Amino acid sequence: MAASRRGSLPGFGLSLGVTLTSLTLVVLVPLAALAFKSASLSGADFAKAVLSPRALAAYRLSFGAAFVAASVNVVFGLVVAWVLARYRFPGRALVDALVDLPFALPTAVAGVALTTLYAEGGVLGRHLEPHGIKVAFAPAGIVVAMIFVGLPFVVRTVEPVLLDLDAHMEEAAATLGASRLYTLRHVILPAVAPAASTGFALALARAVGEYGSVVFISGNMPGKTEIAPLLIVTKLEQFDVPGATAIALVMLLASFALLFVVNALQTSTRRTAR
Amino acid sequence: MKGSPGTADPIWLRVVLVAIALAFLGLFVGLPLVTVFVEAFRNGARAYLDAITQPDTLSAVKLTLLTAGIAVPVDVVVGVAAAWLISKYRFPGKSVLLTLIDLPFSVSPVIAGLVFVLLLGARGVLGPWLEAHDLHVIFAPPGIVLATVFITFPFVTREVLPIMQELGSDEEEQALTLGARGWQILLRVTVPKVRWGILYGVILCNARAMGEFGAVSVVSGHIRGETTTIPLEVEILYNEYNLSGAFAVASILTILALVTLVAKKLIELRIRAPTR
Repeated sequence: MAASRRGSLPGFGLSLGVTLTSLTLVVLVPLAALAFKSASLSGADFAKAVLSPRALAAYRLSFGAAFVAASVNVVFGLVVAWVLARYRFPGRALVDALVDLPFALPTAVAGVALTTLYAEGGVLGRHLEPHGIKVAFAPAGIVVAMIFVGLPFVVRTVEPVLLDLDAHMEEAAATLGASRLYTLRHVILPAVAPAASTGFALALARAVGEYGSVVFISGNMPGKTEIAPLLIVTKLEQFDVPGATAIALVMLLASFALLFVVNALQTSTRRTAR
Repeated sequence: MKGSPGTADPIWLRVVLVAIALAFLGLFVGLPLVTVFVEAFRNGARAYLDAITQPDTLSAVKLTLLTAGIAVPVDVVVGVAAAWLISKYRFPGKSVLLTLIDLPFSVSPVIAGLVFVLLLGARGVLGPWLEAHDLHVIFAPPGIVLATVFITFPFVTREVLPIMQELGSDEEEQALTLGARGWQILLRVTVPKVRWGILYGVILCNARAMGEFGAVSVVSGHIRGETTTIPLEVEILYNEYNLSGAFAVASILTILALVTLVAKKLIELRIRAPTR
């Protein structure tokens, strides 16, 4: 179990060299190029690009839609995780497999499939549009695509906690006369809360940066249905490299902040697990 | 009489919760999955075959295979080296190193593509130098491979590291005492020990490498027949309103995803078998 002290097994230098060289060349130097290019912008240009009304609308939409999608995923993810961890029922293997599909299915495929479903005349759009519910080419469609990509995170972080949760604690609570609802609120929910928060943060981080599944269904109207990653691509295609760089830096810093939160949550999850 | 707490739930509650789970997954995952195949075969099997044997589609398949064929082996070498480094030795900065390896997970695919444009594009940091040496990276296959390696960088490490840590180093130490050399230990002891973890990482890495859209889209330049991968070909066909063509090509990736899931499940059973 314990790692052997440096020196007993050979290969420290070689494995360190391979890891650091590849990490530097493939990940760190390219990310440094982003910081380097941003630094060459004047403060005024940077502020103009980052704080333009179009950019602000894009952040609001990206974070707002991602927040709604991650919240939906927490609620339904908890139900799916509970059902998978506690019940045996016909079709359980299918449910288990469907949960992982968003990890495996390329985002562009999910994007075109969801758009076709919700577009006017689509299998779902046909029934929604007459009631004035517009999903495709509207913010609701962005949320739908983000629910798809973030779906596995909450289920897969909460499920192991539910499996490990001491059944005796629930039984003890029941023996002491606690109602099922009381047990849920005071025993089960506090135990899964850290894992659910981690799942929420992971789903949120994934949704904020998501591009492939969203661009097809969103309609891409500047100021209305234009997410931040799309704005970066648009600026790049219009040869506004400084603008693209500035917005990318803002989004990158936001994802690092989220990564930091996820790490902190995971540390606290591990602590409660012990 | 008293089973696990889950079975203590009344039957009506169990039925309701299972129904909610099925409805949620059916609506958001099952329906899109079915849609791909329904739309792909809308105009019949002949049209389907025609769509997936178009020269543009075939060249997209070729570029996708080439990209994954380079990215996956690179990730395996780096992943095994990184897992070996982190699981076998104690050194300062280990957790920082792990965080840095995980970094691509939290970077938007679009930004992953953008950083290579900023570094290697015509007006990028190294652009003039590449130009002087007549090297084309951005809007060419090398850029697609680089962006894919970036996106998939953590995959193999993430799967191999926990297994290497769990299995410990006792056999390696014994091999060392018996006079085995470093490479022999790695290839004869460690790699066979963690082979299912490596395969697991390869499968996940391959699925992502073949399906990546955002990062590849930014560096590709969308030159049809030259710099389009399968996901980009789906986008082009879709934007041309060739729906059945787009879904036919998308079905290739969907089948890949389904095969990936089955393989993943089989390997999970394999990995768990000896420990449970």
